[in-house]
Amino acid sequence: MTPLAIELPVTADDRRIARLAALAIGLTLAEAALPSPLPGVKPGLANIVVLLVLLQYGWRAAAWVSGLRVLAGGLLLGSLFAPGFWLSAAGALVSLAILALARHLPNRYFGPVSLSVLAAFGHIGGQLALAGLWLLPGAALIKLLPVFAAAALIFGAVNGIIVARMLAAPAADKRPPPGIGADGAQAPERTRNT
Amino acid sequence: MLLRAGDVGVLLGGGVLVVALTLWAWSGDRGDTAVIRAAGQVVQTAALTHAQTFSIKGPLGTTQIEIEPGRARVAADPSPRQLCVKQGWLTLSGQAALCLPNQVSLEIRGRAPAYDTLGY
Repeated sequence: MTPLAIELPVTADDRRIARLAALAIGLTLAEAALPSPLPGVKPGLANIVVLLVLLQYGWRAAAWVSGLRVLAGGLLLGSLFAPGFWLSAAGALVSLAILALARHLPNRYFGPVSLSVLAAFGHIGGQLALAGLWLLPGAALIKLLPVFAAAALIFGAVNGIIVARMLAAPAADKRPPPGIGADGAQAPERTRNT
Repeated sequence: MLLRAGDVGVLLGGGVLVVALTLWAWSGDRGDTAVIRAAGQVVQTAALTHAQTFSIKGPLGTTQIEIEPGRARVAADPSPRQLCVKQGWLTLSGQAALCLPNQVSLEIRGRAPAYDTLGY
């Protein structure tokens, strides 16, 4: 038998993105179990990971983590390519686009809370835009707009404060938990490129 | 430092946006149906879900009714003073545009009628 000799070169970057995406996917799954009064109103805990990745490793890595999160989340929740998946993808796309612009805001005045709130509005905006154009055309969604916007503001602010606290925490607290960081990859260098 | 100056601004801006959306979306009863009458008889009932136009014949000529998601208007009318055209877009339940010379009317209805009856 000839041994299979397909080897894909894996860089440390890939490992890091995979590790962080797994974290985001885990949060997505945990969050899916939370009861919600309205479909679409969720804390968006995975965005904490995306935001941390954005602030520490740049927009490209954040886009990868967010994209993998949407794709694998869809797979694991059984909603791959269902309407909910496309809504999620649209929200993630708009949110990433907004983050791409917002990360150039002066760092001195705009911290993680700003980015988180803007990203949350991007999420809900992208989802509602697609839902309004595709699933529920007409005036049906207008009545729900304030509810979604208020949820985005509150959860965005809370997530942003969590991110700010995590970034401000002493370095000892920032080590990844043993289960996640124990794959032999070197410790990620801390470059803040915002 | 958790909150920087700009963060407070973004939060305030978000709050203003939420309040504005609330006022905009929850003020009044937004209609979902357009009822078009000619000479007192209902000739068309259309849901305000997608763009469409209707041409209604009256004694003076043709009245054009334009419907878009969530709103409707009289786009053109042969009447001399153009009052119903100048009313512009109608969105709330109970609003109506009357083209009296051409005997055509456009009325918006919501889930709960704003009035039991209207006499013109």
